[in-house]
Amino acid sequence: MSVSATASAVARAEAPAATPSRTAHGPGSAPARPRSVPSWVWALPPVAVLALAFLYPLALVVQQSVTPDEGGVSLDPYADVFASEVFRDALTTTVWLAVGSTVGCLVLGFVLALVIAFVPFPGGKAVARFVDVFLSFPSFLITLALLFVYGSVGMANGLWTDVTGAAEGPFHFLTTPWGVLLAEITYFTPFVMRPLLAAFSQLDTGQLEVASSLGAGPVRIIRRVILPEALPALAAGGSLVLVMCLNEFGIVLFTGAKDVTTLPMLVYSKAILESDYPAACVVAVVNIAISVGLYGLYRVVSRRAGA
Amino acid sequence: MSAAALAPAPGGTAAPSGIRFEGVTVAYGGNVVLDRLDLTVEPGEVMALLGPSGSGKTTALRAVAGFVRPAAGRVFLGGRDVTALPPHRRGIGMVVQSYALFPHLRVKDNVAFGLKAHRTPKAEIPGRVTEALELVGMAAYADRHPRELSGGQQQRVAIARALAIRPGVLLLDEPLSALDARLRSGMLAELARLHRELPDVSILYVTHDQVEALTLADRIAVMDRARLQDCGTPQELYRRPRTEFTASFVGNANLLPVTVAGEGAVAFAGRPLAAPTDTAAPGATATLCVRPHLVGLGAGPNALTGSVTEVQWRGSTHRVHADVDGHRLMADLRELREPPAIGDPVTLHFAAEDAVLLPAGTAGASGAAP
Repeated sequence: MSVSATASAVARAEAPAATPSRTAHGPGSAPARPRSVPSWVWALPPVAVLALAFLYPLALVVQQSVTPDEGGVSLDPYADVFASEVFRDALTTTVWLAVGSTVGCLVLGFVLALVIAFVPFPGGKAVARFVDVFLSFPSFLITLALLFVYGSVGMANGLWTDVTGAAEGPFHFLTTPWGVLLAEITYFTPFVMRPLLAAFSQLDTGQLEVASSLGAGPVRIIRRVILPEALPALAAGGSLVLVMCLNEFGIVLFTGAKDVTTLPMLVYSKAILESDYPAACVVAVVNIAISVGLYGLYRVVSRRAGA
Repeated sequence: MSAAALAPAPGGTAAPSGIRFEGVTVAYGGNVVLDRLDLTVEPGEVMALLGPSGSGKTTALRAVAGFVRPAAGRVFLGGRDVTALPPHRRGIGMVVQSYALFPHLRVKDNVAFGLKAHRTPKAEIPGRVTEALELVGMAAYADRHPRELSGGQQQRVAIARALAIRPGVLLLDEPLSALDARLRSGMLAELARLHRELPDVSILYVTHDQVEALTLADRIAVMDRARLQDCGTPQELYRRPRTEFTASFVGNANLLPVTVAGEGAVAFAGRPLAAPTDTAAPGATATLCVRPHLVGLGAGPNALTGSVTEVQWRGSTHRVHADVDGHRLMADLRELREPPAIGDPVTLHFAAEDAVLLPAGTAGASGAAP
């Protein structure tokens, strides 16, 4: 008997033993499996909750943005908002603050993460853990802390007036865009450091040592070995910070910077202070569109970078 | 291929050849991991640092590379004191166990890395990269990324990268330990060929594998407990080890506790044996070292009778373990047609001139193999 013939014979011999569980329904046969619930049914509850808690209100915002006070459906609220100088200023301020903060966070976060990861110093691990804790702090806390230091009656100005006898100190930047920038960089830098520290922990230290033995100094090693490896983490952290800065409300509100109006602040003033809900919704939709657009861009870039 | 082009050239970018340790001690927080190492690697010599984990061999290599700062002593490269010099100014090539190729760079860019760091003229770089890759047979893979290469290929690229800068000293830190047995054997032959083609490059080869050390090295420095235990040619260390530790770590060894009975005679478990006794006085306790492949089956000089405790078939040989008055004796015998069974009585013998008398109590931290 050939091998294939033998296999066929074995298959025939085993077939009856295998079939009853699927086909027989009589006494003594294996019980039929209960019909399983279609998998899409399990997705219904979370989708329903998501739709009710998020998508429906979002849809209401979009609907309100195309519903002028006079009634009907119109894009006039968009035209009015886009034409207003307040909106254009807010958009400009929001974008430059977000971009500036992100760049600051990337530079500061990269340097700090480098030091923590590659320069052994006592308490280095404690600092790395503090970065994790820092992420859980509310943003207004940082602003409050900066107010204590650089506020009109803060420590820095108090020290200045005590030492010089002057009537007031020189530090008044906290209520300017620079104060918001400082607060955002201070608060969001750990959001860049966290993925960077994770990336650095995966980096083979052998690469740094070999690079050094090949004649590369510290700057070249950072530029040619560490930075390329850190790019995906930088992109991830930077995108996150950029989106968070675009939507940041608490920091801007707490600094009390009267001349600093960002899109979230504009939404607040239009909706709460002026009761102009269509305009507030238009600004909110623009804010959401920018955030989603940036997120989409990040996904495309990170996919191309292989991150 | 131009291996000569990769050899250190006077007046070129190459660092001088030869390594010298002078009383090098390395300690981490009071824990001495390398203790007063004195060792010289001659220009063009392959020196293997052989020892178990924690013996200090990698620390010694890292001291040459500049990654650890000696607490005492000096390191010289080509006669120049480099103890205080940072790693990137030492001009050495280094290959590590993990290969440490830069994953974001193509093979050719990995090899060019050191050349760019040394500010080699741009026009020279492609030629030098090709030469280095041809030397290790990887020129066809120049445009690939490291992730597209096998372990053995990555190892070759790592070697090419180290050689491209024409170093006078090449440091190899367990370079083959991540490879499987077959690849390792092939790479050993490749390294031996490279050494022949680059006769002026001093190579410091750290390994815990005695086969690698015996195959490749001109000399072997045996290390244990942060200290240099022995140093010599592979043949010297294998045939005439100076300590029990060396005898057991470089090859397999039977180590029998004996008492020197007189000139050319020792007593083992109350039995007289003939052995060279030049190094010990009568009455002294010592250890007699006999290599298993020099032990014969049946009656003969220095015959010892015991019972078989284990028989291992190893293809061309049988290894027979016997218990002789509570001491284990190994014999590597040409494949036996009728090997003895466990528990059978067996008589083994060895020639007096094949035995080496060692000072007792020199087994090292890991102990001597019985």
